[in-house]
Amino acid sequence: MIKAEWFYWLIAAFFLVVGFMVMQDRSNLKRYTSGAFWGLLGICFPYAGFVQSGHAPAWPLGVAVILIAVLAGTGQLKTGTAERTTTPEQREGLAARFGNKLFIPVLAIPVITALFATVGPDIEIGGRPLLEAGNETVIGLGASAVIAVLIGMWVLRTRKLSVPLHEGRRLTENIGWAAVLPQLLAMLGLVFATAGVGDAIGDSAQNILPSGSLLAAVVVYCFGMTIFTVIMGNAFAAFPVMTAAIGYPLLIQHFDGNAALVFAVGMLCGYCGTLCTPMAANFNIVPVALLRLKNDYSVIRAQIPTALPLWVCNVAIVYYFAF
Amino acid sequence: MLVLLGVLLVVVGFALRLNAMLVVTVAGIVTGFLGHMSPLDILNAFGTGFASSRSIAIFLLVLPIIGLVERNGLQEQSRRLIAKLGRLTAGRVLGAYLLVRMVTCALGLLSIGGHAQSVRPIVAPMAEAAAEKRHGRLPAHVSERIRAFSASTDNVGSFFGEDIFVAVGAVLLITSFVDATYGFELAPLDVALWAIPTAVCALLIHGARMLWLDRSLARELGKAPAGDGAAGDQPVVESAKVSGRDEDVTQ
Repeated sequence: MIKAEWFYWLIAAFFLVVGFMVMQDRSNLKRYTSGAFWGLLGICFPYAGFVQSGHAPAWPLGVAVILIAVLAGTGQLKTGTAERTTTPEQREGLAARFGNKLFIPVLAIPVITALFATVGPDIEIGGRPLLEAGNETVIGLGASAVIAVLIGMWVLRTRKLSVPLHEGRRLTENIGWAAVLPQLLAMLGLVFATAGVGDAIGDSAQNILPSGSLLAAVVVYCFGMTIFTVIMGNAFAAFPVMTAAIGYPLLIQHFDGNAALVFAVGMLCGYCGTLCTPMAANFNIVPVALLRLKNDYSVIRAQIPTALPLWVCNVAIVYYFAF
Repeated sequence: MLVLLGVLLVVVGFALRLNAMLVVTVAGIVTGFLGHMSPLDILNAFGTGFASSRSIAIFLLVLPIIGLVERNGLQEQSRRLIAKLGRLTAGRVLGAYLLVRMVTCALGLLSIGGHAQSVRPIVAPMAEAAAEKRHGRLPAHVSERIRAFSASTDNVGSFFGEDIFVAVGAVLLITSFVDATYGFELAPLDVALWAIPTAVCALLIHGARMLWLDRSLARELGKAPAGDGAAGDQPVVESAKVSGRDEDVTQ
């Protein structure tokens, strides 16, 4: 059976390789601390597997994560300045040589991922499922990435595995700490939830609500979903809180709304919040790093003019169709 | 209510553009103390939160192959391809990607696209190339805007497309939470169907904004000045700018 854990170990190995390469990069002024950042991540990933299976305590991982954050937050994570990829002129020539073959490895990723997502769960070998249940997406993306490297090396006549590894390291270094920021935010979300931030927001939402007005109840529910998602960076965290505070007692019980509609669109109000918040780092901050944008909030600024009218549409859909 | 101070810390930290890693860590520790968690509780919550969110990092595995094809000229080829397709504009490239992303996500194929595997290597260079074809070399702020719009199409398409698919996390979270808490028997299909009106609105609003982008580019930049290089050498100049970015920016 193929397990998701294998791919977390693979990421860990990749981080360790990146850390090793960075430590050897003399053009990097902070090569030891930068290498330590990536190396520490490489240790955290497999260890996290033991935490999840209950074989290891979680607190050492918490200490390591704080260390990683301090390294990144105090400017100890730098990239080297040495040129290590092809020049624009070379790339132009290579593009002319390989042409549309260059798209084959890139398109292999969605095709293989789609195969894993559709037929993958049904495949059984010797009566046991081939893929670990519930982790088909992680396995699909991880496996397609590995297969795509092999296809790419074949199509582009690359003999050495070190070439894709070097390029992967270059892109990873460019992303920098934004690569782990989403996980730190997930961690913050858990602390928020444990410390009772959700209940505090749910209570205040109930307090500001004028009684008896359907429109006000719909607006506060939708707005609460959005603003709580902006704070937590995750609509899934907002949903149980706002549903317990307003969605269920008021919209469903008191006003007798259509539950499937109210909850579905409520969640989508949360997604409008996701479009507007740096807390959803994997959607809004990681692409800033990947696309080399100068302003950290460029992606969010591109999305707010869509999120606002869409939020109004959501309120209208709930108000007019659910009751 | 005191725990909301932790939220305030995050908002202020992000607004002041302090290092996000430090802001998040400090806010986590402060919120934990305000919520009467012991230091060990806080460390355990940090560790558990990190461990259970590892799947977010799986996209890093596609970076070696993306780097390999980019090294061999993928972004340049994306531009060459666009140069041959005369009627494509930046807005139409992005609108088409929005539609494809939304439809495939609605069919349950969420992870076939994404910022690392499709926006950076293909969508953003194509949108930029389409704009360059019409308007000549793009000023830095315009190129930044087009690339940010490319990322936004991926987000809007995937967020509002995925909820139409029955077996997606959000739909299952809704049904399992309300079924367990309030004793409903919600059908996932009903929840998924009610995601369609919002998805249509998202497609219309964001799609219209993408097409509108062409007009605002035309207003701002005008047509490509005559004699601004033959079509053949213009991408060379541009690609110098693009790959230059990879090297000169430090985190």
